[in-house]
Amino acid sequence: MGKARLTVFGLSSMEMEAIQLSLRVALWGVAWSLPLAVSVAWLLARGRFPGKILLDGLVHLPLVLPPVAVGYVLLVMFGRHGTIGAWLFEKFHIEIAFTWRGAAIAAAIMAFPLMVRAIRLSLETVDRKLESAARTLGAGPADVFLSITLPLIVPGIITGVILAFARSLGEFGATITFVSNIPGQTRTLPLAIYTLIQAPGGEETAMRLVLISVAVALVALALSELLARRAAARLEA
Amino acid sequence: MTPPLLDIDVSHATGGFSLDISLNISGQSAISGITALFGRSGSGKTSLINLMAGLARPDRGRIALGSRVLFDSERGIDLPPEQRRMGYVFQETRLFPHLDVRGNLGYGMKRRGRNGQLASFDHVVGLLDLEYLLNRHPDSLSGGEKQRVAIGRALLSNPELLLLDEPLASLDATHKNEILPFLERLRDDPGIPIIYVSHSMEEIVRLADVMVLISEGRVLANGNVEDLLSRLDLRPLTGRFEAGSVIAATLIGHEKKFGLSRLSFAGGELLAPMVDLPLGTPLRVRIRARDVTLATRKPTAVAAQNIYRGTIVQMETDTSSRTEALLDIGVPLWARLSAKSAQELKLAVGTRAYAMIKSVAIDGHSLGRQRVIGGASSE
Repeated sequence: MGKARLTVFGLSSMEMEAIQLSLRVALWGVAWSLPLAVSVAWLLARGRFPGKILLDGLVHLPLVLPPVAVGYVLLVMFGRHGTIGAWLFEKFHIEIAFTWRGAAIAAAIMAFPLMVRAIRLSLETVDRKLESAARTLGAGPADVFLSITLPLIVPGIITGVILAFARSLGEFGATITFVSNIPGQTRTLPLAIYTLIQAPGGEETAMRLVLISVAVALVALALSELLARRAAARLEA
Repeated sequence: MTPPLLDIDVSHATGGFSLDISLNISGQSAISGITALFGRSGSGKTSLINLMAGLARPDRGRIALGSRVLFDSERGIDLPPEQRRMGYVFQETRLFPHLDVRGNLGYGMKRRGRNGQLASFDHVVGLLDLEYLLNRHPDSLSGGEKQRVAIGRALLSNPELLLLDEPLASLDATHKNEILPFLERLRDDPGIPIIYVSHSMEEIVRLADVMVLISEGRVLANGNVEDLLSRLDLRPLTGRFEAGSVIAATLIGHEKKFGLSRLSFAGGELLAPMVDLPLGTPLRVRIRARDVTLATRKPTAVAAQNIYRGTIVQMETDTSSRTEALLDIGVPLWARLSAKSAQELKLAVGTRAYAMIKSVAIDGHSLGRQRVIGGASSE
């Protein structure tokens, strides 16, 4: 299949596929984990409950565990015979393991600690006196969160999203363990690069994919910097 | 019988500080004007208004605003801040940095609805002169401008009571003078009663009709500003407010030729620098002790216009050999002279003496407009 070349930037369809898949996996992973990350960050920054340290540890686990271990746990849970995997398949006919959805879940979990950290740090710098001022002006707690807290942590959210996105693009270990290396389904950029260097004569293409990865990462980082600056400027005006 | 403006009976302990407040603020002057909460820093003024606004929770007690019970530990009532309808103007303004001035002003207005709104957006913007600031962001405003926006924001949240926590404390003298006229307008604009927290007697004399003295978490006194300021037992607390007297007076005439106004007060008539107000306007006059001198015989041919006869009711000499004498001339009047003069004149408590006030010594700035004469009841 590597022979059928597309003309977009001289990329082969296999390369295009890997890029598109990578972006899709990273975007969905980030999009689905964002609300959860904001909630967890809020709990960690503001909450006072027994087991907070445990939650904190659990969130950070993917950062310190070998990615392969995370992938294996996911496989056990989400595989066809895993508890969650079996239930999802029976009820909704959704397959997770060995699909791009699984890749997105793996990427999201590996990137989750980074996203939570950035948002939590930003939450901790929010002046809570502004929130009490909003309460005296007639806003209930949920209203205060949406109208005051959330806008104030936008820079932190952007940072978290970009970090998570970048981390997702580079996800390898958990992905290959959990969803394997299926072309068009789960072969993201890192997996494609890995595959290419395994085969004789693939180095040149591999190098090109590496350069593409660098370009995608740089664009993402530049974009985040731009957004974060704009958000900060709006706050400081 | 109208219910009191505020009825508070609470205990609250935090850290090493305990607040034990029993306070009833009522009467027309409180309901239509400014009630000052006066005390040194650390006396519990801000803690008290935080309890009122619902930003802190008393250990026990009851807080009622008019006929509404906001907190009652026995009945298990504790309204959240958003339901208390107290407009709170914080010392550090707390403007929302992500909203422009218009957004800040509209924040409370949107949430509290416009039903029964006393002040419209345009009215408040005009009152506080905010038009030119509407599209600016809080960070680009001066301290005084921020404070005006914070006041407007609180006003527009349609409150039943406005709490001002030392709105001038963080401003320098120039900006203070920039804000004071707005506070006067706010007071004279009918509608919302104001609780004004301050440790500056000068501000209180200029703005407030009723005053509550707080010390170490307790209410020491509660009443008319003039009454409390003339009470000797409170003097350690009210301080040597520029060592002066505050007198209620009424404008009765002008002497345009000399640029003077004639005022009537309980001790007779007083000549003051020209005040351009209608005759009959009640005024509050501040007289510094150092602008009052004493004589034991009726002075003739002196360059002071205002001379009154009275009896010395108290005397104190400080370490720098200055004597202050309190003279009853129908109202209490403080005079300051050197200890030497006091001795030579044989001044003592009970001595009948003449007080001379240099008319030019009456500070035009302190001619605070006093709108309602009459009192607040204290418990």
